[in-house]
Amino acid sequence: MMASSYKDEDGHITVSGSGAAAGGGGGSLRNKKPENTAFKQQRLPAWQPILTAGTVLPAFFIIGLMFIPIGIGLYVTSNNIKEFEVDYTGAEMSSPCFTCSQNFSWNSTKPCTCSVPFHLDQPYESNVFMYYGLSNFYQNHRRYVKSRDDSQLNGNEESLRKPSKECEPYAKQGNKPIAPCGAIANSMFNDSLELIYNDPNGSKVQIPLTATGIAWWTDKHVKFRNPGAENTNLTVAFQGTTRPVNWRRPVFQLDSDPDNNGFINEDFIVWMRTAALPTFRKLYRIIQRRSNVHPTLPCGNYTLEVVYNYPVRSFEGRKRMILSTISWMGGKNPFLGIAYISVGSVCFLLGVLLLIIHHKFGNRNNPAEISH
Amino acid sequence: MGMDFSTLRTLISRYCAGEENCVDTRTVYIGHKEPPPGAEAFIQQRFPDNRIVSSKYTFWNFIPKNMFEQFRRVANFYFLIIFLVQLIIDTPTSPVTSGLPLFFVIIVTAIKQGYEDWLRHKADKAVNQCLVQVVQHGKVSRKHSRKLTVGDVVYVKEDESFPCDLILLSSSRDDGTCYVTTASLDGESSHKTYHAIQDTKAYKTEEEVNYIHATIDCEQPQPDLYKFRGNINIYMGNEPVSRSLASQNLLLRGATLKNTEYIYGVAIYTGMETKMALNYQSKSQKRSAVEKSMNAFLVVYLCILISKAVINTALKYVWQADPNRDEPWYNGKTESERQRHVLIRAFTDFLAFMVLFNYIIPVSMYVTVEMQKFLGSYFIMWDDEMFDEELGERAVVNTSDLNEELGQVEYVFTDKTGTLTENNMEFIECCVDGNVYVPHIICNGQVMPGAAGIDMIDTSPGPEAREREELFFRALCLCHTVQVKEEETVDGIKHGIHQGKSSSFYISSSPDEVALVEGMKRLGFTYLRLKDGQMEILNREDEIERFELLEVLTFDSVRRRMSVIVRSSTGELYLFCKGADSSIFPRVVSGKMEQIKARVERNAVEGLRTLCVAYRRLSPEQYEQVCHLLTRAKLEFQDQDKLVAEAYDLIERDLILLGATAVEDRLQEKAADTIESLHKAGMKVWVLTGDKMETAAATCYASKLFRRSTQILELTTKRTEEQSLHDVLFELSRTVLRHYGSMPRDASSGLSSEYIDYGLIIDGATLSAVMRPSQEDSNSGNYKEIFLEICRNCSAVLCCRMAPLQKAQIVKMIKSSKEHPITLAIGDGANDVSMILEAHVGIGIMGKEGRQAVRNSDYAIPKFKHLKKMLLVHGHYYYIRISELVQYFFYKNVCFIFPQFLYQFFCGFSQQPLYDTAYLTLYNISFTSLPILLYSLMEQHINMDILKKEPTLYRDIAKNSLLTWPIFIYWTVLGVYDAIVMFFGAYFLFDNTTFTSNGQLMTTNTQMMFGNWTFGTLVFTVLVFTVTFKLALDTHYWTWINHFVIWGSLVFFVVFSLLWGGIIWPFLNYQRMYYVFMQMLSSGPAWLSIILLITASLLPDVVKKVFWRALWPTTTERIQAKRRRLASEPSTIFMLSQTSSRISF
Repeated sequence: MMASSYKDEDGHITVSGSGAAAGGGGGSLRNKKPENTAFKQQRLPAWQPILTAGTVLPAFFIIGLMFIPIGIGLYVTSNNIKEFEVDYTGAEMSSPCFTCSQNFSWNSTKPCTCSVPFHLDQPYESNVFMYYGLSNFYQNHRRYVKSRDDSQLNGNEESLRKPSKECEPYAKQGNKPIAPCGAIANSMFNDSLELIYNDPNGSKVQIPLTATGIAWWTDKHVKFRNPGAENTNLTVAFQGTTRPVNWRRPVFQLDSDPDNNGFINEDFIVWMRTAALPTFRKLYRIIQRRSNVHPTLPCGNYTLEVVYNYPVRSFEGRKRMILSTISWMGGKNPFLGIAYISVGSVCFLLGVLLLIIHHKFGNRNNPAEISH
Repeated sequence: MGMDFSTLRTLISRYCAGEENCVDTRTVYIGHKEPPPGAEAFIQQRFPDNRIVSSKYTFWNFIPKNMFEQFRRVANFYFLIIFLVQLIIDTPTSPVTSGLPLFFVIIVTAIKQGYEDWLRHKADKAVNQCLVQVVQHGKVSRKHSRKLTVGDVVYVKEDESFPCDLILLSSSRDDGTCYVTTASLDGESSHKTYHAIQDTKAYKTEEEVNYIHATIDCEQPQPDLYKFRGNINIYMGNEPVSRSLASQNLLLRGATLKNTEYIYGVAIYTGMETKMALNYQSKSQKRSAVEKSMNAFLVVYLCILISKAVINTALKYVWQADPNRDEPWYNGKTESERQRHVLIRAFTDFLAFMVLFNYIIPVSMYVTVEMQKFLGSYFIMWDDEMFDEELGERAVVNTSDLNEELGQVEYVFTDKTGTLTENNMEFIECCVDGNVYVPHIICNGQVMPGAAGIDMIDTSPGPEAREREELFFRALCLCHTVQVKEEETVDGIKHGIHQGKSSSFYISSSPDEVALVEGMKRLGFTYLRLKDGQMEILNREDEIERFELLEVLTFDSVRRRMSVIVRSSTGELYLFCKGADSSIFPRVVSGKMEQIKARVERNAVEGLRTLCVAYRRLSPEQYEQVCHLLTRAKLEFQDQDKLVAEAYDLIERDLILLGATAVEDRLQEKAADTIESLHKAGMKVWVLTGDKMETAAATCYASKLFRRSTQILELTTKRTEEQSLHDVLFELSRTVLRHYGSMPRDASSGLSSEYIDYGLIIDGATLSAVMRPSQEDSNSGNYKEIFLEICRNCSAVLCCRMAPLQKAQIVKMIKSSKEHPITLAIGDGANDVSMILEAHVGIGIMGKEGRQAVRNSDYAIPKFKHLKKMLLVHGHYYYIRISELVQYFFYKNVCFIFPQFLYQFFCGFSQQPLYDTAYLTLYNISFTSLPILLYSLMEQHINMDILKKEPTLYRDIAKNSLLTWPIFIYWTVLGVYDAIVMFFGAYFLFDNTTFTSNGQLMTTNTQMMFGNWTFGTLVFTVLVFTVTFKLALDTHYWTWINHFVIWGSLVFFVVFSLLWGGIIWPFLNYQRMYYVFMQMLSSGPAWLSIILLITASLLPDVVKKVFWRALWPTTTERIQAKRRRLASEPSTIFMLSQTSSRISF
């Protein structure tokens, strides 16, 4: 008889009624009386808001009045940002890099160089950021995104010798493990870009480019670590590994500065942060402002000196160099400003429309609303 | 399935028991003694032992069997398949994302079921190990209950329960009776009398019992608790004696012996063959309309899912046609990937897309819906207003699957007696030969001292009439099955009844009988008791008259009458018969029929329940004949019921009419108010009763089912006798339709005063004529249609003279009519069980007629009036809550998955997930699960007092109106819109190439380098905030719990993200989320765009809500607005109103 109360159907949760206890008689009366608490009687004190034209109206006006100025501010800021872009893919005959792009070979020992002249109409004040941009490059392809070994990059010795399976087919060459392994690392952008200012007086001035401070601090100091102890020679630390197939130099020769070499090379770290979209740009160098008197980049003629190592023609990609100043809201970004202005205006217009409806229909339908 | 298993088990056990057992009867040898040679062949049949197995699993088969049962559910199976696909092929998301939630669900369910099964094991063990006393070789010895076998003679003491089904051999009482309560079987706590076999009742000690030498032939076990047929052959005298056995000899396992010192019984059904075990089978699962629409939506989403995967797969191969896109130099494939056949690759890609988008059908929705139903049903049980002080009972929820169905009811089928009325019978008057007697102290069934006075309405009778009058009173005192419940000693009974104190009272399965016997007591004839087959009556002169009770022709609902045959102390034989007028009058040969008939009809119109009483004097020869008929009928196994009915039919004839009685059954408290509210709420109320038309119609008027203005349409035997059924039906339908044709279409929804409502009265006979399947002409199919058409246009229908099965038929007919309305059946008695089981929602009333209705119902309430709150408040809330739950779940998963779909267009259809694994896994489990669960438990769009006051609000949600396709599409479109806003908002922020007015090529960027994971995190952050705010906008009832959960889950999301990105997690093989969230939050444009995108996502829904409310408000919204005006602070943006609450939480 006990057993009957534990019967349930097919895993459905069932509430077992207290039917079996009915025989209990008067004693169970008090037990059966439900507790008279606000929760159990569903009478908890509550705030009961209703969205009506009357209540939403002020909110719409407030949003409208807040968003439009913000949008205008953003738009103006964005327009004040100076940005210059030069495409040096070399796809067209007229392009100075045409030869380089045509004669590209992975095995060539002599690097191909080309110079792209350009002219800046306006002087660039304060710090200028130099980017390289790639188009039609699917850094967000699934096979590509996962083709890395974060524990190897974090300096793990075991992963260094035995890269993760995810790195295939860029995990091993022959018997030697590749460091850094994976498709991302293998395809690291390796054009080198130099900026020459053609002074009107005829001299050519090389613009000093800073290669550090371009990656996330946490990446450089926590996420990416070289293998071995703190001051070990990197050549020793990476012994037994081989460079990625498309690299010209091993990882421990990326930079002469020991704080920017190996896995913690900032160009490498920047590259390893896979882009969200197939057209992207990555920070390459920072042109520091040197004096308050002279602009960082005065207007005039410049030459971009490219060591052309990186092939993009095969997948119809483009390569660009971008110079940009920044503001408090980042780089040039008219979208946010325009979006703010539009949403703000829509809210404002809706507010007006609601006001009309509220007065015309609100009164007819709910006499309640007259009090407003 | 539970049923299937038990049937299977029985079949198997029968098969194992051997061939001879497959016959319809079994032979039991009492005490395992062989019958005397020559009497019959001694075949020892094999029966199962007395082990009760209620557990489903054993230790060994628990895991496979439980897993099998769980994965039989389609949803679980689907998720298992997704999980396996993730394990087998290389898919974008780790198997953890779908495996974790699935296994959480599976394991929780398994633990729950395992625990329950462990409890069952424990209970089984306790039952099987408990010691019982068995007579062996003249001595009582103890053995484990499970070792008990068929044929054992068992000794049971007072307050012990029976270890198996027993035939009562003897009891400590002289008359061989014993009292039993079957509370744990059917919930009836009243004591029932069982009788020992006449020939063995004298064997009262173990030695004596040991001498009993007999065999029992009885049917194979069957689950009906109240049916048993068999006979016993006793070989103790010179001649073998054969006696019939009925359910009154059978003590059921699970019942408890009361008021009797001990009994001896022989085991006939043991273990899993006992009636209790056979009754374990579960009821068939009812599914709610919401569940059905949910499944329809799921199918749509499954189609969307599959088409998304197909589209993406196709586009992927179109896009990849260029080998430089398929495999550019920077992104090489492994050798094995290259060698894979293109079809296999395409198929794996398809599966991978399926996996990527599978979150659109979330596991958590099932869990949340189940939790909502399970937890939500507690509010019904906790409801203070549905507690009945008098009965000490509160509402019971037997299944929580139908909570929301309570808000969708369109047809209410209610029983009359005990449901609309109190079933608290009160004797009003009796009429003997046209003289009317009214007990002048009406005391509501309570016996009061000095209640012997009688008001004679007509002239006082002459001596002959006086004799008939006393015969009438005696007839009522004798013709019943009332028991006297003894509270104290045997002396106390007589004393108690005589004094009219409540120390003893009458108990009967029928309250009418109690009312009649009590009424007789007030008229001077007191029924004392049944002792040794002698019924004792105390007459007006305080003398005890004794009648020997010879036969009881029990009441049944087909015959609608019962009879007793008694022998008076002077040796005269009488047959007394009482029953419904329609079943008595045709059998009456003499008596003042006209006057009595008139009186009966008059009483019936007043809503009183009438019974007619008749008698017949039997000569000894006639009696012999009667006995012969009965014994022959009772000895038969097959068609016994039929034969018994025929025998009864032969016996109960040539009656002389004595008189009629009238008993009032008062309306239940607030029954009229409840019916009125149900009507206003747009429900059609049908009363289905076995009572006669006039009585039922009177009750209907009293309960406001029919109003004065209601035009009554009759479809009764009386009318169909005059005209053919065909003509009547057509005429009625013309009447109804003419009216409706002239009405404007929308008038039916309003409550205009010109609205004429129709009431239909139909009786059982006509109904069966209407329902009869076509025989001679094909018109009868039409009849049903016409009948339904008429019914549809009637606000109230009364079906009288209904057999229980007809009630279910009507429910079924309405249920399967072309609109497929949601039906609710409510009743209190065994005769309502069939309709309770048939209807979409079955509600049992905890009435006086036992517990069967409650046991078979989905919900049980103490009183009819509680139906109002059940439907108008709880039903309404549950419907609102669950429909929001379902729609919101689909919405939030569209928002979740659609950006991922869009992202495929920008990542070369490579199945790259947009969000991190942790976000994919936790989105439905923790970031967005609790707010909607709490909403679906707490939401009250309108105060419950208003819902009760304004039943018309119920119409706003009729016909599943919140889960219609347009609304579903609206939510889906809203989800898609939000997804597009979120995705492209982030997209333009990250990268766009536009030509500005000066023709210069410009691209935007953010200051620091943000990768694809930042992109996903930005979308995800906007997503979580948007869907949570969307729910916040929909919440009308903000208790502190809602505040806590909604803001809490947003805070949790932020804290989790900070933590998840704040540490290099050693157990992960990737660190892609490291500092991504923090970096994002440190950028100004990210903040600005999060705010912008949330606003833009929510804007259309807010606008839609406000505009709809202003331009086309629903009744609900008008009431909400009215409420707002009543609140005293009109200046704040949102109205802050506190519910009046006497008690704080």
